Amino acid sequence: MSSDVRFTDFKSDKQPTWCPGCGDFGTMNGMMKALAETGNDPDNTFVVAGIGCSGKIGTYMHSYALHGVHGRALPVGIGVKMANPELEVMVAGGDGDGYSIGAGHFVHAVRRNVDMSYVVMDNRIYGLTKGQASPTSREDFETATTPEGPKQPPVNPLALALASGATFIAQTFSSDSQRHTEVVQKAIEHDGFGFVNVYSPCVTFNDVDTYDYWRDSIVDLAETDHDPHDYEQAQERIMTGDREHIGVIYQDENSVPFEEREGLEDPMYDIPDGAPEGAMDLVREFY
Amino acid sequence: MPDDLNWAIGGEAGDGIDSTGKIFAQALSRAGRHVFTSKDFASRIRGGYTAYKVRTSVDRVESVVDRLDILIALTERTIDENLDELHEGSVIIYDGERTTMQDVEIPEGMVGLDVPLKSLAEDAGGAIMRNVVALGAACEVASFPIENLDESLEKRFKDKGQALVENNQQAARLGQEYVAEEYDHDFDYDLETTDADYVLLNGDEAIGMGAIAAGCRFYAGYPITPATDVMEYLTGRIDQYGGKVVQAEDELAAINLALGAARSGARAMTATSGPGIDLMTETFGLVAQTETPLVICDVMRSGPSTGMPTKQEQGDLDMTLYGGHGEIPRFVVAPTTVAECFWKTVEAFNLAEKYQIPVFLVSDLALAVTEQTFPPEAFDMDEVEVERGKVVDEGEVDSWLDEQGRFQPHFPSADGVSPRAFPGTTDGAHMTTGLEHDALGRRTEEEEVRVEQVDKRQQKVETAREEETWDYREFGDPDADTLVLSWGSNEGAMREGMEFLAEDGIDVRFISVPYIFPRPDLTEEVKEAETTIVVECNATGQFADVIEHDVLERVQRVNKYTGVRFKADELAEEIRQAVREPQEATK
Repeated sequence: MSSDVRFTDFKSDKQPTWCPGCGDFGTMNGMMKALAETGNDPDNTFVVAGIGCSGKIGTYMHSYALHGVHGRALPVGIGVKMANPELEVMVAGGDGDGYSIGAGHFVHAVRRNVDMSYVVMDNRIYGLTKGQASPTSREDFETATTPEGPKQPPVNPLALALASGATFIAQTFSSDSQRHTEVVQKAIEHDGFGFVNVYSPCVTFNDVDTYDYWRDSIVDLAETDHDPHDYEQAQERIMTGDREHIGVIYQDENSVPFEEREGLEDPMYDIPDGAPEGAMDLVREFY
Repeated sequence: MPDDLNWAIGGEAGDGIDSTGKIFAQALSRAGRHVFTSKDFASRIRGGYTAYKVRTSVDRVESVVDRLDILIALTERTIDENLDELHEGSVIIYDGERTTMQDVEIPEGMVGLDVPLKSLAEDAGGAIMRNVVALGAACEVASFPIENLDESLEKRFKDKGQALVENNQQAARLGQEYVAEEYDHDFDYDLETTDADYVLLNGDEAIGMGAIAAGCRFYAGYPITPATDVMEYLTGRIDQYGGKVVQAEDELAAINLALGAARSGARAMTATSGPGIDLMTETFGLVAQTETPLVICDVMRSGPSTGMPTKQEQGDLDMTLYGGHGEIPRFVVAPTTVAECFWKTVEAFNLAEKYQIPVFLVSDLALAVTEQTFPPEAFDMDEVEVERGKVVDEGEVDSWLDEQGRFQPHFPSADGVSPRAFPGTTDGAHMTTGLEHDALGRRTEEEEVRVEQVDKRQQKVETAREEETWDYREFGDPDADTLVLSWGSNEGAMREGMEFLAEDGIDVRFISVPYIFPRPDLTEEVKEAETTIVVECNATGQFADVIEHDVLERVQRVNKYTGVRFKADELAEEIRQAVREPQEATK
């Protein structure tokens, strides 16, 4: 890790193909700033993404990166981290990626509590397939595949995380660059699974959950007496959906990451040229 | 007095059949006898017929046969289930005091030994030891020194305290003495012991052991019969070598976890059975497209769908060869014996890393649950070689940078294999994606680059065809008119089956093929033979199909898809018929 890393070092020379005004620009910039701020550099960082607009992020960033299949970014990231705990691992996804096709992995990633961060670009719509309902779309949100709205309540990702035993739950708004960066930074620094739901507006297909909507609705928890270490308070914030909260909503100060519990310290890439020493013991067991 | 013995214990699942069978098998193995075991089990925890069979001889045994000499029947059904294999003089040990066994009828010509297993076990300290009483009785029938059983019981129970070990040893004695006193000594068996040292293990254990030997450090899997033993073997053992087993939430997670670990530079593996392979198929394409070395083990069972989860089949060959959308370069390696499960696992890791390609390691239920004896040298760890392929470290990264200083993880080298930089390597940072990409790993749809990258990935297969040995194992008479081909677990049954055929004056050349793709070119061998017969445990002859494809000639097929592996004598009969009445090869 070099101390003179700037966030632009995490930028690749590929120009993003996101629509002008897309919330993902701000989300990604914040991720890059947070990585630089926490003393990481592209060569010790591994970014994993799935499919969708969010999935493109690995292409626009410069680091070790994998762009995988839809919904499966979290297990890849966990595998990367377990096999080399020295790496900084960040997984990025969208609301479809994380709360629909990958919902099962989300629950289990949360309870596994591997020391990594997970940033979800939540725009409450499927953008890359041109505007269908996502798991976080409002009940009456009209789209081509749901002309009368999905007619089912949206998934509450923060509640899902809390119920799964999350040790760090946060929410940000991509256009509030400073707060977003600061919160992602806290997620990286957290000893365990740092989950950040980012409201990252889709200017092309979602005309309900817009920048204006968010600007009017957001309550920054930093401006309240919210104590993120208080589970009950967090529970209340998460379960009452009348205001959209940003900031760190819950953080377990006693979080012990998976690697520490399991004694995973060393990278697993270093192996001998032949069978490990004493391997004949493995055979003798079968006498 | 014959020295070969076919022994079985059968009852309901939950009766302790497995552990009892294993104790006996280990006792025989420790006494320097060869052992080959097989299991009949149902897909349930309690209830349902289950049996553990042991074939033993001073000579090597490679298969099961259609014969049962001593049967410990814990239920009446056990006798019915094995009626076909029992013969005149077969000994059936049972407990006539057991309520459900009081009216049991011993078939004509067989010897029923009514031994009060439960009461004798109670005398020794607990009814739970009734199976061990039966083992003692069986030792007496087989003239097998009971001291060998003592060692096996000690190994089994020593963690639970010396008292329990001694009680069990006493229980065995009571069984032995009861038979000695109550029945005349006119049993036909006299099992010799020898000084040979053998180890006794099954195919799943051999795969797990091979993985550790090969430097596998990361295993992710989801429990599924009959692959779970691989995970159970690795759990607790791989940690001692700096590795980790992760029980994933599903098969999709399992293969993605393994993919992630492999990207970190760990030798990684997942194992599953057919239904799990289906679930992993999407990511399998990603593994190939990102050129990630990964070993994916498929321990086949009877399909399709949930099929018969606890039964044998070799039905996934097409799936492993062709599964996945698009065209996916992969290797398919299929061990043919328990020992080969070890060596082919080691090889699978080397192939995966040398060629940065997913390798299917295809085993089957019969191999997975069969325990077999081997001299320990069969797993000589000094012979294990680890070849990691083109891994570049900090100093070497420079020579793989483009003119703008960017690392090229998919550089189209002449052999198709690119440099590999593990994350953490300075200046090696790069993107990899399941999308079509350029040398930098970045998405592209440019026609030229697409063709270049497809060719590059296929070139690895061509390089491997040239550079590696894709051989086969050959048995019998190389000049025989009849050529028998098989893959997977059929090798043992066929090798023994050849002895039965030889008695009838039928000589065959037998080739057992451990590589499905790439595979040895068998054109000459097939052309030289008058008749070619392909033996496999599936209904359609998937391996026969690839042979016909390769040699452009029809072959005969011997298929079994009852859910039970080939038995040596039964297979010999099938071959005999095929040779005597060569039918028009049909398809």
